Amino acid sequence: MAFFEGNQMTAGYDEGADIISSCTINVNKGEIVAILGPNGAGKSTAMKAMLGLLNLRSGDVTIDGKNISNLNPQDRVKRGISFVPQTRNVFAGLTVRENLEIGAFLRNDELDKIIEEIYELFPILSDKKSQTVGELSGGQRQQVALGRALMTKPSVLMLDEPTAGVSPIVMDELFNHIIKVKKTNVAIIMVEQNAKQALSISDRGYILVTGKNKFEGSGKQLLHDPEVRRSFLGA
Amino acid sequence: MVFLIILVGIFQSWSIALTILNYCLISAVMTMGANIQWGYAGLINFGIMGYTALGGLAVVLVSVAPVGEAWQAGGFGLFICLLIIFSMVFLIRLTLKKVIKSKKRNYLIAAIIFFGLILLKVISTPAIESIEAIDPAKTGFLGGLGMPILFSWIVGGFFAGGLAYIVGKIALGLRADYLAIATLLIAEIVVSIIKHEDWLARGVKNVIGLKKPVPYQIDLQKSDWFINLVEKFHSAKLDLINSLTERQELLNSLVIDASSVYVKLCMSGLFLSVVIILLIVTQKALYSPWGRMMRAIRDNEVAANAMGKNVVKQHLLIFILGSAIVGIAGAMMVTNDGLFTPGSYRPMRYTFVIWVMVIVGGTGNNFGAILGGFVVWFLWVEAAPIALFLINLFTAHLPETNEIKIHLINSAPYFRFLMVGIGLLIIMRYRPKGILPEKIIKQ
Amino acid sequence: MELINAIIVLLNYTIIPALTYGSQLALGAIFVTLIYGILRFANFATGDMMSFGTMFAVLLTFYFQSLGINLGLLPTALLTIPFAIIMMILYMLLIDKYVFSYYRIKKSPPVQLAMVSVGVMFVTQAIIRIIIGPFDRTFLDGQKFILKASEFKEMTGLSEGLTIKSTQAITIVVTIIFVSILFWFLNRTKTGTSMRAYSDNEDLALLSGIDPKRVVLITWVIAGILATIGGILYGLDKSYRPFVYFNNMLPIFAAAIVGGIGNPFGAFLGGYCIAFAEIFLTYAYKKFLSYLLPEALEPDSLMQVLSTDYKFAVSFSILVIVLLFRPTGIFKGKVI
Repeated sequence: MAFFEGNQMTAGYDEGADIISSCTINVNKGEIVAILGPNGAGKSTAMKAMLGLLNLRSGDVTIDGKNISNLNPQDRVKRGISFVPQTRNVFAGLTVRENLEIGAFLRNDELDKIIEEIYELFPILSDKKSQTVGELSGGQRQQVALGRALMTKPSVLMLDEPTAGVSPIVMDELFNHIIKVKKTNVAIIMVEQNAKQALSISDRGYILVTGKNKFEGSGKQLLHDPEVRRSFLGA
Repeated sequence: MVFLIILVGIFQSWSIALTILNYCLISAVMTMGANIQWGYAGLINFGIMGYTALGGLAVVLVSVAPVGEAWQAGGFGLFICLLIIFSMVFLIRLTLKKVIKSKKRNYLIAAIIFFGLILLKVISTPAIESIEAIDPAKTGFLGGLGMPILFSWIVGGFFAGGLAYIVGKIALGLRADYLAIATLLIAEIVVSIIKHEDWLARGVKNVIGLKKPVPYQIDLQKSDWFINLVEKFHSAKLDLINSLTERQELLNSLVIDASSVYVKLCMSGLFLSVVIILLIVTQKALYSPWGRMMRAIRDNEVAANAMGKNVVKQHLLIFILGSAIVGIAGAMMVTNDGLFTPGSYRPMRYTFVIWVMVIVGGTGNNFGAILGGFVVWFLWVEAAPIALFLINLFTAHLPETNEIKIHLINSAPYFRFLMVGIGLLIIMRYRPKGILPEKIIKQ
Repeated sequence: MELINAIIVLLNYTIIPALTYGSQLALGAIFVTLIYGILRFANFATGDMMSFGTMFAVLLTFYFQSLGINLGLLPTALLTIPFAIIMMILYMLLIDKYVFSYYRIKKSPPVQLAMVSVGVMFVTQAIIRIIIGPFDRTFLDGQKFILKASEFKEMTGLSEGLTIKSTQAITIVVTIIFVSILFWFLNRTKTGTSMRAYSDNEDLALLSGIDPKRVVLITWVIAGILATIGGILYGLDKSYRPFVYFNNMLPIFAAAIVGGIGNPFGAFLGGYCIAFAEIFLTYAYKKFLSYLLPEALEPDSLMQVLSTDYKFAVSFSILVIVLLFRPTGIFKGKVI
């Protein structure tokens, strides 16, 4: 039994058709799991369902063995799940430090200590702490977004395309940061477009097609699986 | 609705009923104008007040006889001013075309505007003073063209359309609620100019005794055919009276009543024909390919733009059309009143009440707009009597000297705000598309 | 000497009145901008809400006067502020619960909320007129002047007098104190930061565990305080008349947009921008220039850019210019 699990999840928007059906994803602490797949496969939807942004039609979500399927996103955040959306994932009008403080809105203790930890993980943020986030570069913003999400000291971190729209150099840098976060014993789930790079830093990966699990396995297995290579990695 | 107005005719008087009817018709025209902008294109125009006032101004400028002395005194000065304004616009356009975009160009334009304004001020001040000095109790303005008053309805439309062109060029790119505020404020500017430029239309001193497109009451009371008509109409009643003098007195009072009703009926006829013409035109437009395109733009601007529709141009066009209709309504209203009172143009009455009509009636539906105009205007006028009735009903057990009762009775006129406000809130909550919602047209 | 006289003229007729008027506008503009930034609609009931709070201050002032309670040299109305604020906040929360919250939960477009606020405007106006009537009322008591022109002339020996009305001093002092507290709250406290965060990015604020109900509640409380104080200060300085309050909504909107809507500090400065522009452009500079220029050059005309009739039009023209060239306002507001 894994630490954070989404079992047999079926969900869709409003009255529409199912976007994901019987989709299963799980992750353990200190592990990076990548969710991959073609456009429209339901990657982001699966993640949103695990966060509670849309309701499950069947299946369940558990953390540490406890069923949290009926909780709203805010309450799931309180249970130690943190989420970084793909867009609009920072408070652009606030300073870096204020972004971090808001991230820890629910915690009253040890604010300065946690912020120091974040500064250690992302040294650049320490230099820019009183700058408005709107003035930072794309890569720096993503670091603010990661930092904000880590302020709750989560046990699960969910990232929706953390490297979308950044240059390859910045992408490598961000992946390095994500590995650093993993080493603090956090379970990480990420949805990625850059499949090869994502798999190379992931412990495990899921490949979804039309809302169903198609392949799963360790990062290396998937990278070397001929069928996966042919259909999804373009080589 | 017609039934309600007839009720007023029976219980209050036919003259009041027709006054209400006329205002209902005018309101309906205004509402149709606003509805074209909001319902067809999703443009929010809180500047109704300004266009109404411009329509009213048109009536004065078209129908009043020119004041020759004033033209002699200051006409030339004002003519020069007009030339200066034209040359300023020309110079600015020239600089915009010939000089490349730079700080220098901005300074050049600023300089043109600055010196132009000083020149204008220097030339216009004596001209305006001399115009306003001519018989200020009666004229003190340039007067109009002395043309038939009906012509001014069209001119009013053009005036309002012209203003809408300028406003549209400035403000249409704004987000909806910014647009609302911007149009409201521009309308305030327009009204304050009309209010304070006495040489134009006497400002707050008002213009009274405007011509009427229908027979005058006094003339009617003297014409034989009308007296005979009234006599025939009331013959049964008149035959009951034997004394000749009494009979004559009764006939006189009947003739006076009937003449007022007759004049108002003529007005109603004119207004009704405007409403019907507009209704036919707007319905045709709504079901035409153009109407379809407008709805497409309203519902998804980006997609319409991507399909090659010129959204900006269409928005400007509909903004001008809607405003022009409001201008016509403004001209109709001043014609109906026979006087132009710039001080009375206030946003409450001429913007917000009209918007309540649009929302209550049904956005995007022309019949809804007319219904909204009727219902809300009727409520607005009859709210005080209704409130008085309700107050008396609920405080019947209190003695006449009870302070709360007296206070409430004195405040009866303000209940109209309450009723209209609550009406709007209820409609927005429970019937957000209005009483007669937009029909989904299947092609 | 001539120069000092000229400066005194300017101070007396333009700068002090503009500071006073600007403070009153600034409070209203911050109110508009807070509602716009956090509740996300243009509140057309602004003027009438200010009027509503002031109405209680007026009524309570009369009541206190009848009881013989007063503050000596200061106006009795200052004593009524807390009560008026409580009534105002209660009214706003009531309106929010029964009117606005429905549309907020439904996530209606801002235009619809603006239209709803028009309905609230009608209702508020009706309540005010039914309770207190549409008439003009003065409720200022206590000492009227801090400094009288004649005293000033005696003191300094100048030929121009400087008058400072007590309401002008009270307005400026109260505004500075209140606005400082407000900005300290918004920028330095956790709750204030969470409000700015909510205004900046609602979804992310929710994911960070910020309670939207609490943010909305605090917004209305602050808005109630702002509206009441702004309204009372204006009423003390001029007089209380419901219709005028409704009209004041327009320059207040202008101030909020000029300052950059959604940006409270911008709104604060926007208030003064509008006030100074209105007064500088409609002031007759004849007396001022007569001190500075040699006699031969003294102007005959009033040396007025625009007649005072166009006071409002000035602020609206500024707004139009700002909207044309810098739609986000001078101090960079929200681009929603």
